[in-house]
Amino acid sequence: DIFKPTKYGGKYTVTLIPGDGIGGEVTDTVRNVFKADNVPISWEQVDITHNASPEVKEEQFRQAVSSLKRNKVGIKGILHTPISRSGHQSFNVAMRQELDIYASISLIKNIPGYETRHEGVDLCIIRENTEGEYSGLEHQSVPGVVESLKIITRAKSERIAKFAFSFALANGRKKVTCIHKANIMKLADGLFRNTFHSTSKDYPTLEVNDMIVDNASMQAVSRPQQFDVMVMPNLYGGILSNIGAALVGGPGIVPGCNMGRDVAVFEPGCRHVGLDIQGKGQANPTAMLLSACMLLRHLGLDDHANRISKAIYSVISEGRVRTRDMGGDSSTNEFERAILDKM
Amino acid sequence: QKRVAQFTGEKKSNGLYTVSMIEGDGIGPEISQSVKDIFAAADTPIEWEPIDVSPILVDGKTTIPSSAIDSIKKNKVALKGPLATPIGKGHVSLNLTLRRTFNLFANLRPCRSIAGYKTPYDNVDTVLIRENTEGEYSGIEHVVVDGVVQSIKLITKDASERVLRFAFEHAQAIGRDKVTVVHKATIMKMSDGLFLSIARKVAKDFPNINFNSELLDNTCLKMVTDPTPYNDQVLVMPNLYGDILSDMCAGLIGGLGLTPSGNIGDESSIFEAVHGSAPDIAGKSLANPTALLLSSMMMLRHMGLTAHADNIEGAIFATLAEGKALTGDLGGKAKTYEYAQAIIDKL
Ligand SMILES: Nc1ncnc2c1ncn2[C@@H]1O[C@H](COP(=O)(O)OP(=O)(O)OP(=O)(O)O)[C@@H](O)[C@H]1O
Ligand SMILES: Nc1ncnc2c1ncn2[C@@H]1O[C@H](COP(=O)(O)OP(=O)(O)OP(=O)(O)O)[C@@H](O)[C@H]1O
Ligand SMILES: [Mg+2]
Ligand SMILES: [Mg+2]
Repeated sequence: DIFKPTKYGGKYTVTLIPGDGIGGEVTDTVRNVFKADNVPISWEQVDITHNASPEVKEEQFRQAVSSLKRNKVGIKGILHTPISRSGHQSFNVAMRQELDIYASISLIKNIPGYETRHEGVDLCIIRENTEGEYSGLEHQSVPGVVESLKIITRAKSERIAKFAFSFALANGRKKVTCIHKANIMKLADGLFRNTFHSTSKDYPTLEVNDMIVDNASMQAVSRPQQFDVMVMPNLYGGILSNIGAALVGGPGIVPGCNMGRDVAVFEPGCRHVGLDIQGKGQANPTAMLLSACMLLRHLGLDDHANRISKAIYSVISEGRVRTRDMGGDSSTNEFERAILDKM
Repeated sequence: QKRVAQFTGEKKSNGLYTVSMIEGDGIGPEISQSVKDIFAAADTPIEWEPIDVSPILVDGKTTIPSSAIDSIKKNKVALKGPLATPIGKGHVSLNLTLRRTFNLFANLRPCRSIAGYKTPYDNVDTVLIRENTEGEYSGIEHVVVDGVVQSIKLITKDASERVLRFAFEHAQAIGRDKVTVVHKATIMKMSDGLFLSIARKVAKDFPNINFNSELLDNTCLKMVTDPTPYNDQVLVMPNLYGDILSDMCAGLIGGLGLTPSGNIGDESSIFEAVHGSAPDIAGKSLANPTALLLSSMMMLRHMGLTAHADNIEGAIFATLAEGKALTGDLGGKAKTYEYAQAIIDKL
């Protein structure tokens, strides 16, 4: 499924959606670092402004989607979703559904030199992005009785299973674990699990197994080293990517992306808006930067990706310049400066 | 005013409460024996009534023998060892059957670090309450067309209000002044939105308790980063989130062998070990009875026998902290009964 957008005038055009919260700060770092390394990318920025009117936001959302359709690649911060019932549906989810970027990848890995409670963690969470519990289909049958539909289809289960197996092969991984709750949701998760196993027959070199989601969560906090690639429906992916991020140091360092057949959107792998630290210069840009390195590799710009990620890792492992979430007291800008100095 | 799920059992003329005892399968009888021995040594005012819950099919529906149902209805409280789930044969799981038969609407899962048993997390002391009757486990599912399945998550005002009220009352009972609802109302605006809005309403009846709500993602992230900020809270949530997070908390303190659980209902409540029947080590005196013992401590407190619970629990924790008589799963060499004896010696 690997596609490549075309270059114009020696450059790729990439959509950039800063998003809410700390999104602007961390995508600024990406811009600065890319510029310093002369990465052949020109940005097409689309803002979806947090406090604009619903009509304006809707229009901005349309622009973002059409920009991504045109450019086929983008990087994106996280968009805030209000809790209120009258509030809009999640733009993050709508965008994934609209562009059919069905596979979300979060890379959960210890960063050398940064100690956490768990060591030797190196797992990858692949999450179905377009159906499951995030169907958005809900209704109130009578006052006080609400039904929310979870949709699982064989076609989408097969598609995500294939994606997970191909990803594992392409990245030299050995084992793929399917996460489900098929003992309770016998039909829905049963279909997901059975499809996973039948699809696995085409990938005889990979080790496959499955695990119930509550057990997987227990195992993840006690023996996370046992996991390699994990594939699961939407909601469990949200849970496990947050557990996973916490194992290795938090949402500030976990990269990710969303892939479809035509479009790839790179965004932090553990999706938090960070409204609480917005504008304070405290955001850790590592997750966004590493996601941007995944984008570079996706475009075949491996030299740039290697140079940039090496600089990030060596700044972190030296330990002198770290943001607050990693126990340091450096600002986003100081951290960025340190990376630029390394390059 | 009567509290939700308040224990209404009464002492018999001999001064003892009767408790229904489901020993369970596999290691069940061995770990139940430890509980009985320790309770006897501690002069706990309890008399056990053993019951058999082997499933039977009546008109194609899984149920348990009526004598067992009568016993639990009469005593209003039961202690339960692990039951092996019969595979196939069209049986609904026994746990589900018990939950439905006695309308056990809340699952209460405290997780406390055990001194002497090292995990990557120290000083964990979480209390989690899970709605136990609906949500994602409504059992309403169907195949729309071949290859397309719908599964229904059901959230109702009544069931939500009941479990939320229990959460606030439980917080008061154990001296915590914060209740946090865990939800995903950004995505499930109506269903989790309903749960959340009822929580806000119930909170008004408890002015001394701080009410908070937290997005599921944030709870997972924060708890695994550092669980100790949750030590002064009671967490309450819909069924699936509770199922997953309660096992995750168990993982923080070392697994299911150490975590107790209570299934709370208005008429009766059943306290149980959540681990399996461990057929691989059954009958060899290798099983660790701690989870069932700690469940029986929850039971004593539920029955108002707090001083007895404190006494026995002190002996359990002291034995574990000392580390001289641990079972194999905790890296020791003691037999089940040797560990129980060590606890008795500390009473
Ligand atoms: N890049 C980052 N660097 C440092 N800290 C971060 C980063 N991203 C998220 N965090 C922190 O992770 C925590 C969880 O994020 P946060 O509470 O913002 O989630 P959220 O998704 O914004 O929540 P909500 O959906 O309620 O707005 C916060 O304390 C936030 O500051
Ligand atoms: N109380 C206990 N003490 C010691 N070891 C235990 C205990 N409970 C479980 N184990 C061990 O944990 C592992 C998994 O146990 P579990 O009871 O879940 O087995 P199971 O085969 O799943 O049984 P079931 O079918 O009843 O769920 C087994 O190796 C078992 O020996
Ligand atoms: Mg469970
Ligand atoms: Mg089991």
